[in-house]
Amino acid sequence: MAEYTLSTGMEVHAELETDSKMFCRCPVEFGAEPNTRVCPVCLGMPGTLPVPNRKAIEFVLKTALALNCQIAKRSVFHRKNYFYPDLPKGYQISQFGDTNVLGHFGYLEVPTKNGGIKKINIRKVQIEEDTGKLMHLPSGGSGIDFNRAGVPLMEIVTDFPPDIETADEAKDYLVGLRQVLLYLKVCNGKMEEGSLRCEPNISIRVIGTDKYGTKTELKNLNSFRSVQHGIEYEYKRQVSLLENGESVKQETRGWDEGAEKTFPMRSKESEEDYKYFPDPDLVPMDFSDEYLEELKKTIPELPLAKYRRYQADYGLNHYDASILVAELSWSTYFDECIKMGGDPKLICNWMSSDFAKSLNETGQTFQSSLVTPKHLVELTTLIQKETISGKIGKDIFEISFKNGKMPSEIVQEKGLTQISDESVIEKYADEALKQNPELIDKYKSGQTNVIGFLVGQVMKQSKGRANPGIVQNIMKKKLDM
Amino acid sequence: MKEITDLTAAELSCKLQNKEISAIEVAESYLTNIKKNNDSLGAYLSTHPDITRKAAENAQNLLDKGLAKPLTGIPIAIKDNISTKDIKTTCASKLLENYTPVFDATVIEKIKDHGMVMLGKTNLDEFAMGISNENSAYFPAKNPWDLSRSPGGSSGGSAAAVAGNLAPLALGSDTGGSIRQPASFCGIFGFKPTYGRCSRYGLIAYGSSLDQIGPFARSVEDIALLANAISGNDHKEDTSLPQDPISYHEMKNGSLKGLKFAVPAELYDNQAFEEGVKTCFQNRLENLRKAGATIDIVHIPTIDLGVSCYYVIATAEASSNLARFDGIRFGNTLPTRHHKDQVALTRGKLFGREVKERIMIGTYVLSAESFEAYYIKAQKIRAVMVGEIDHILENYDAIISPTSPVTALKIGEQNNDPVASKLVDLSTIPCNMGGYPAISIPCGLANNLPVGMQVMTSRITDEKTLQIAYSIERELNIKVQNPTY
Repeated sequence: MAEYTLSTGMEVHAELETDSKMFCRCPVEFGAEPNTRVCPVCLGMPGTLPVPNRKAIEFVLKTALALNCQIAKRSVFHRKNYFYPDLPKGYQISQFGDTNVLGHFGYLEVPTKNGGIKKINIRKVQIEEDTGKLMHLPSGGSGIDFNRAGVPLMEIVTDFPPDIETADEAKDYLVGLRQVLLYLKVCNGKMEEGSLRCEPNISIRVIGTDKYGTKTELKNLNSFRSVQHGIEYEYKRQVSLLENGESVKQETRGWDEGAEKTFPMRSKESEEDYKYFPDPDLVPMDFSDEYLEELKKTIPELPLAKYRRYQADYGLNHYDASILVAELSWSTYFDECIKMGGDPKLICNWMSSDFAKSLNETGQTFQSSLVTPKHLVELTTLIQKETISGKIGKDIFEISFKNGKMPSEIVQEKGLTQISDESVIEKYADEALKQNPELIDKYKSGQTNVIGFLVGQVMKQSKGRANPGIVQNIMKKKLDM
Repeated sequence: MKEITDLTAAELSCKLQNKEISAIEVAESYLTNIKKNNDSLGAYLSTHPDITRKAAENAQNLLDKGLAKPLTGIPIAIKDNISTKDIKTTCASKLLENYTPVFDATVIEKIKDHGMVMLGKTNLDEFAMGISNENSAYFPAKNPWDLSRSPGGSSGGSAAAVAGNLAPLALGSDTGGSIRQPASFCGIFGFKPTYGRCSRYGLIAYGSSLDQIGPFARSVEDIALLANAISGNDHKEDTSLPQDPISYHEMKNGSLKGLKFAVPAELYDNQAFEEGVKTCFQNRLENLRKAGATIDIVHIPTIDLGVSCYYVIATAEASSNLARFDGIRFGNTLPTRHHKDQVALTRGKLFGREVKERIMIGTYVLSAESFEAYYIKAQKIRAVMVGEIDHILENYDAIISPTSPVTALKIGEQNNDPVASKLVDLSTIPCNMGGYPAISIPCGLANNLPVGMQVMTSRITDEKTLQIAYSIERELNIKVQNPTY
């Protein structure tokens, strides 16, 4: 039996985080009362005209540059003509063609699970306006909410032939792309709110051949998980169709999250003719090299560069580096700590364990926490210098987290410095041995693991302040006597 | 003594400022005339005497306080495809029979800002598609020179109102000649400014790359005063030009002596042109020569392709522009169970024949299989034609021609031969293709019907167009005649 491989092209729509809409000055706001963020322009009232949002264009150009795209010297808006109740003007202002959209022929590199890098070619990055939203009314019938109509939307389309060949790669691509958008602060990346929408088209072909199968397009994917599962499901469905001698129909399918299944939404057998033509209401956009150079300078260090730097300069592994770059808030905090002289590995460990847990429990972020990079660097330095023990460190962290006091201050106040004075520790050790004479015999008879309990006793008595290494040495010396 | 309604806006302005008459008297004179004559002329689709009187009172207030601008208190008629807040704007279509805009077009804001007094909304061909006003879904406007004839189109109502003394000034819109051709048919002045100098915001779009709002008047000075009031950069329009409002300060400082005019043979020595029009035009050429101007016959080889290109580009844009009229958010709607049927039924029943025809042509030329052969080709020809015209305008002050090859058509005449009747726009269309400013000047009568002469100059030289027109008006002693009807 033939073996099949998957090919996936990705069409991603990202709502841009501008203050106002693409062609009018209405505010962009999620979750407002229906039809309260509208004006004659975004309602498509007769006689109204679009005026482009320069910020939105800048956001898309920035993204295109970050995705290594070529920028059109002259870019034009096109009208995409079709009738639908959520489309106020009867056409959507969009872009069309390969080289007059804002950005074209770029790529995104994403780290893969095995620590490698996957390069995914990008066909184009373009700008358009969002449509309104149809909704069923509680009273029956349907209504249209135009709050979303005219919200600036960026469309990022991967190249053909597709580079993505597994559901994992599709997810990695989306994760990587979302990170870039968040780093650039052009989109909030919320898939569940529809701010970031992904429509993969999926086809299969026999391994070793280059004839691509009929593709289906997938909608309703509102999480990374659903993207991954949806693609996996489509792959299996298409394989079983072909194996049963049936054929794949060209169609748009929806993802049913509950049933973990795709279902047919609409047939795409005859391609719709959108009658694209340049929008005469909008002047073509020209971008000078100087302008693009200036724009390039505003692009921050991107996730992949950081990921590479963390490994090369700080010796972090794939896992740690991935965790840190996944969210801009993490890497920003981490970078600040390192700048203050924090130890990369220690900082990373703290951030990904206790700190993350506390943030999670209290709904805070690294940036909003009372524990600033200065706090964390001080704390890890105290531990590193063995001024305090790791265990005390955790207690101090908790106090700092609650009231924002500097770790050194807490140590001073509570007298929590580590005890490394051997004469003091010896007293604790003698006390522990005196209370557990039977353990000395056990030790001598070969049960050397009792030492752990004895060390524990010393730590307890010293309220965690004794230096565990010294305690261990002293205890061993006494038992071996 | 002249009647109030015989005076030009400039004359009225003078009397208003000197307190010889009041804005209220002026408005009342026109309201009386409209009441008496609009039924026979069909110039206005709607009038709003209460609003008019209120505006006149406001204007008089400004005049009394010494805050008046040149056009304060001057009445004006507005083509009914220009959005007026709280006043129905129908585009002479059944689909928009009950549509009331919630905002003013930018030109309306400017008119209000100048303290002008709106008399009403004038008749037009439905959605400005037509050359005779007969495509109005309500009733055709008539030509005051001969009520059995058309005032031209699409701004027929505005032209008829000014020529028939139902308004001293009017606004029209011009996509392929819709201001200049009716001005020519009605024996008045009509000016299409450079594309982008008057805001299109609020003008219900027909062909967006060609549409331009402009004035009708009975003198060049009036044209200039109104052009000045309504022009200027508008941040609501991306294609708006950055220039200041059209200035009239240098208008009276010109002279015909030494001016160089080009007359394209294609727009004159052509079988489409009636003998009477040619004779009239030739006489004027002779006058111009005598006044010291040079006149050369030139060739613009692609110019006669203008009409064909126009009917591809304008219809393509129109098919998209008119897609918003789906009966969902505004306007009349014919409800059915399913939304798709509702849109089809509403558009099918409420758009007139000409509108549907142009939407269908436009949809066809934009369809994937004919896009290259029609739309792209038309745009290429447009570019070549504009290049040819630009070249001529580098060497001449203006291109002049008859505005229309014919005089006012009999009502009912244009439908006999739709292709031939489209040639009526032969001379006017090239100006829209290149965005040039152009004015139609009354230049005599042929068989007792007015003939117009068009003067076009380079883009953004609207001041020059007006200066030349003013020189012609003065040196050739052109007087607008008010026909009795």
